[in-house]
Amino acid sequence: MNTAFSVILQFLELVTALLAAPLLTGWVNQCRAWLGNRTAPPLFQFYRQLAKLFEKEVVLAANASSLFRAAPYFIFACMALASMIVPTLSTEPPFGPAADAIALVGIFALARVFSALAGMDIGTSFGTLGARREMLIGFLAEPALLMVFFTASLISQSTSLSTIVQALGQREFAIYPSLAFAGVAFTMVSLAENARIPVDNPTTHLELTMIHEAMILEYSGRHLALIEWAATLKLYAYSCLGLALFFPWGIPEGTGFANLLVALPALVFKLAVGGFLLALIETVSAKLRIFRAPEFLGTAFMLAVLAMLVHLLLETAK
Amino acid sequence: MSTGLHLDLPFYAQVINLLAAMLLLLSFAMLAQRRILSLINLFMAQGVVLFASTAVVAAATNQHHLYWSALITLVLKVFLLPWILHRLIRRLNVKWDIETLINIPTTMMIGLVLVIFSFNLALPISALAGTITRSTLGIAMAAVMLAFLMMITRSKAVPQVIGFLAMENGLFFAATSATYGMPMVVELGIALDVLVGMVILGVFFFQIREQFDSLDIRHMEKLKDD
Amino acid sequence: MEFLLVLGLPLLGGIALAATGHWKRAAEINSAFSLFTLLAAIALTLRIVEHGPQLLFEEQIFVDPLNVFLVALTAFVGFTTSLFSRPYMRIEHDHGRLSATRLRLYHSMFQLFTFTMLLALTTNNMGILWVAMEAATLTTVLLVSLYRTAASLEAAWKYFILCGVGIAQALFGTILLYFAAEKVLGHDVALLWTHLDAVKGQLEPTVLSLAFVFLLVGYGTKVGLVPLHNWLPDAHAEGPTPVSAVLSGLLLNVALYAVVRCKVLADGALHSNLAGLLMMGFGLLSVVVASFFLSRQKDIKRLFGYSSIEHMGIVTFAFGMGGPVASFAGLLHMTVHSLTKSAIFFAVGHAAQKCGSQLIEQIRGLIKQSPTVGWGLMLGTLAILGMPPFGVFASEFLILTTAMKAQPWATPILLISLGVAFAAIFGKVQPMVFGEPTAKRLPHKPAMLPVFMHLGLVLMLGLWIPPYLAEWYRQAAKLIG
Repeated sequence: MNTAFSVILQFLELVTALLAAPLLTGWVNQCRAWLGNRTAPPLFQFYRQLAKLFEKEVVLAANASSLFRAAPYFIFACMALASMIVPTLSTEPPFGPAADAIALVGIFALARVFSALAGMDIGTSFGTLGARREMLIGFLAEPALLMVFFTASLISQSTSLSTIVQALGQREFAIYPSLAFAGVAFTMVSLAENARIPVDNPTTHLELTMIHEAMILEYSGRHLALIEWAATLKLYAYSCLGLALFFPWGIPEGTGFANLLVALPALVFKLAVGGFLLALIETVSAKLRIFRAPEFLGTAFMLAVLAMLVHLLLETAK
Repeated sequence: MSTGLHLDLPFYAQVINLLAAMLLLLSFAMLAQRRILSLINLFMAQGVVLFASTAVVAAATNQHHLYWSALITLVLKVFLLPWILHRLIRRLNVKWDIETLINIPTTMMIGLVLVIFSFNLALPISALAGTITRSTLGIAMAAVMLAFLMMITRSKAVPQVIGFLAMENGLFFAATSATYGMPMVVELGIALDVLVGMVILGVFFFQIREQFDSLDIRHMEKLKDD
Repeated sequence: MEFLLVLGLPLLGGIALAATGHWKRAAEINSAFSLFTLLAAIALTLRIVEHGPQLLFEEQIFVDPLNVFLVALTAFVGFTTSLFSRPYMRIEHDHGRLSATRLRLYHSMFQLFTFTMLLALTTNNMGILWVAMEAATLTTVLLVSLYRTAASLEAAWKYFILCGVGIAQALFGTILLYFAAEKVLGHDVALLWTHLDAVKGQLEPTVLSLAFVFLLVGYGTKVGLVPLHNWLPDAHAEGPTPVSAVLSGLLLNVALYAVVRCKVLADGALHSNLAGLLMMGFGLLSVVVASFFLSRQKDIKRLFGYSSIEHMGIVTFAFGMGGPVASFAGLLHMTVHSLTKSAIFFAVGHAAQKCGSQLIEQIRGLIKQSPTVGWGLMLGTLAILGMPPFGVFASEFLILTTAMKAQPWATPILLISLGVAFAAIFGKVQPMVFGEPTAKRLPHKPAMLPVFMHLGLVLMLGLWIPPYLAEWYRQAAKLIG
C-alpha cells in the first residue's frame, strides 16, 4: 500500500469535507427555498457568510471564561476529525483503524459537551435553556445512533467503520429489512442531531423554540464562524455516514487515482440527492413541540432496536 | 461471503422477509399513532403488505388457492374494511385524536419487550419448520402481541376495534407466510367472520354512542363485582 | 340425511325468521324449528348409536359418540329454551322493554346461534371449528345487548372484545397446529381432526405444546375459565334470560368440547401430561375464584353466571385428570349442569319478571306468590349445589372420588370451594323462595314445563342412568382418554 498516497488521500478527504460541507448546507437551503416557493439564496452564500464572520471582531461577554473562548476550536476540531474518519472517498484511509463507530459517537458527544458548557458559561437564560435541551436531545439520540451502528456491526461483524462500509458495499444484492429499519432510525437521529426540522428549526428567530441556536447566541465573529462551519461539517459527516452505511455503492475499496475519479462524482451525486431529500423532509414536516422530541427520538431508538432484532430473527443463518 | 453476509435465501423469501419487517414496522406505527384517520390508513397499509406477501407466497409456491386469498385480502382489508371504518368515523363524527391510557414512549418500550418475547417464543418453532420463510412466524406473533397491546392501551372504541382487526392481520400473516396458507374453506370462513364482525361492530358503535353520547369506553366500567 | 336436517333446519330457520319480519307467530315458528332440529338430532343419534362414527361431506363432518351426545343435548336445550322464551319474550314485549324488530332479531339470531353450535360440534375441521366458535360470539353479541341499556351495551362490548381476543389466540393455536401437521399430513387434510388423531404421535411436541396453550387460552376464554372469565357474569346478567340460559347451557359446553378435542391431540403428541396439568390448573383456579366471588353477588343472574364458571371449572378439572372414570364424570357433569343451569335460568327469568328486578334483595317469597316458580328455583338450586338425588351429585361425587385417588392434593381445595359455593348460593336463594313476599302475582302463567322437564331429567340421571346412555358416555370417555 502506498502510504504517501493514502496520506494524500486522507488530506484530500479533509479538504473535501471542509470545502464541501458549507456547500451541502447551502444546497439544502436552496432546495428548501425552492420547495417553499421562495427565491433561493446563491449556492455559495454560506462561504460569504463565513468570510464575513471571520473578518468581524469578536465581542465577548464580560464574564466569559476561557472555556467559552476555547469551545469553538474544540467543536470545530471534533467535527473535522469526525468527517475525516467517516469513509467518503476510500474505505482504507490511514485513519481507518481509528475509525471506530463507537469512537465516532464519542467524538460527537465530546463536541456536544463543549457546546453545552459554552452555552451555560455566560449564564444567560437562553444559553442554559439551549444547553439543557441539547443535552436532552443528545442523551436520547446517542443510544439510537449506537443501536444503528450495532445493527450494521452485526451484519458486518466489526465496529470499524471502514470494515462495515466495505462489507456492506461488496455484498451481493440481498434485501436486508434490518438495514431499512436502521436507515429510518438513522435519518431520524440525524435530523435531531443536526438541529433540523422536526426537532429544531435552524432558521428560527424565536428564542423560546431554539435548541442549537440558543446555545450560540452569545458567539460572534470568528468564533461564530467556526461554530457555524462545525455545524455544516456535522451535517456533512452525518450525510456521508448515512450514505456510506445504507448506500455504500461507489466507495472504492483500494486507493488510486482511477478509483478517486469514480468516488468523487459518486459522492457529489449522492450528497446532492441526499440534500434534496433532507430539504424535502424538512418542508413536509412541521416542527414538533419540544416535549414531543423525546417521543420522536424514542421512536428512532425503537426502530434501531427493532432493526437489530429483525436482523437476529430474519437474517441469521440457521 | 466471509463477512457474515450469508443470505443465501431465494429472492422471494427475501421479499417476504422484507414484507414481514414492514408489517412489524406498521404495527409499531399503529401503536404510536395519535390520530384515528392515520390509524385507518396504517391498517390499510398493513392490508397491502398482507396482500403482497400472500401474492408472493402464491407465486413462489404455485398454490392457486393462495391467489384467491390474496384477492380476498385485497378486497377485504385494503378496500372494504377501511372504507367501512372511514364511513363509520364520518357518520359518528369521531375524527379527534386518540387518547391513550399509557403514554406513547412507554407503550413503545413495552412493545419492544413484547417483540423480544415473541421472537423468543417463536424461535424453537421456526427451527422446526419446513418452509423457507419460517422466521416470519416470530414477526407474525409480534404483530399479534402489538395489536393486543394497542387494544389494551386505547380508551376509545374505534381504535380498539382497529387493534382487533390488526391482530387478525398478524394471524393471517402467520397463516400465509409461515405455513403457506390454510385450506381455502377455513380462510373463507375467517374472512366472513371478520366481515360480519365488523358490520356488527358498526351497529354496535351507534348503539354505544346513542347510549353514552361518546365512544369512550371508560364510560363502560360500571359492571363490577362489589 | 338426518345430519343435513340437523344443520340445515336452524340455518334455514335463522334466515326465514330474519326475512319474514315480525310475525305474530314468530315465537311458535322458532319453537317449531327447534323441535324439528331436536327430532333430527335424535334420529342422528340413533343412527350413530347403531352404526358407529360417521364421516360425511368429504370428511369435513365427523360425528362420533362424543359429539353426537352433545348434539342431542344442544338440540334439546335449544328446544326447551325456545319453549320458555315464547311467553317470556312476549311479556318483555308487552312491558315495552323490547320492540318488534328486536324480537325478530332475537328469533333469527337464536336459530343461527343453534346452527353455529351444531356446526362447531360436528365439524371435523379444526379451522371450521374456529370459524363456528367465532360465529357463535357474533350471533350472541347482539343478543346480549338486546335491551340497549347502558349496562347491557357494556356487557356486550366486554363480551365481544374479550371473546374476540380470546378466539384470536385460538386461531393462532390452530395455525400452529396446522404448522405442525402440515409436515406430516400434507396440505389438504392437515386440519381434519380424524387425520390429526391418526398421526398425533408424529406431531412435533414443541409446536403442539405451544399450540395447545394458545388453544386452551382461546377456547378457555369462551368456557369462562379464570382469569379470562370477566365477560361471563356480565353477559349472563345483562342479556335476556333465554340468552343466559343458552350461553350457560350450550356455549360453554361447546367451547369446552373444543378444548377437549385439542387435548386429545396434545396428549397424543406430547408424551407428557402438560395438557392435563394445564386444564386441571385452570379448572381448579376457576372453581376457587368463582366460589369465593359467589358470596359477593347482588344480582341473581350474575350469581348463577359465577356458578357456571365454577361448574365449568369442575368439568375442566375432570377432563384434565383424564382416565375413563373422570372423563365419564366430566361428560355427565356437562350434561347435568347444562340441564340444571338452563332450568334455573328459566325459573330466575320468571322470578325477575315478576318482581321487576334482578336484584336478589328485591326478590322475596316466591313460594307464596307463585309456588311453581318458587319450587322450580329451589329444586334447581339444590340440584346445582350437588344435593342427592340429583344428577349433579352423582357426577360431582365421581369427580371427587377420582380426584382423591388420582390427585389427592386437589380434593380439599375442591371440597372447600364446593362448601363455600353451597353456603353462598343457598344463603341467597333461600330468602328469595321462602321470605316475605314483596311482589304482586305474575299476570301470566309461567312456562314451567321446560324447568320441570330439565329437573326431571337431572333427577333421573342422578338415580338411574339408562344402560344405553351409560354405554354411550363410556364410549365417549374412551375417546377422550
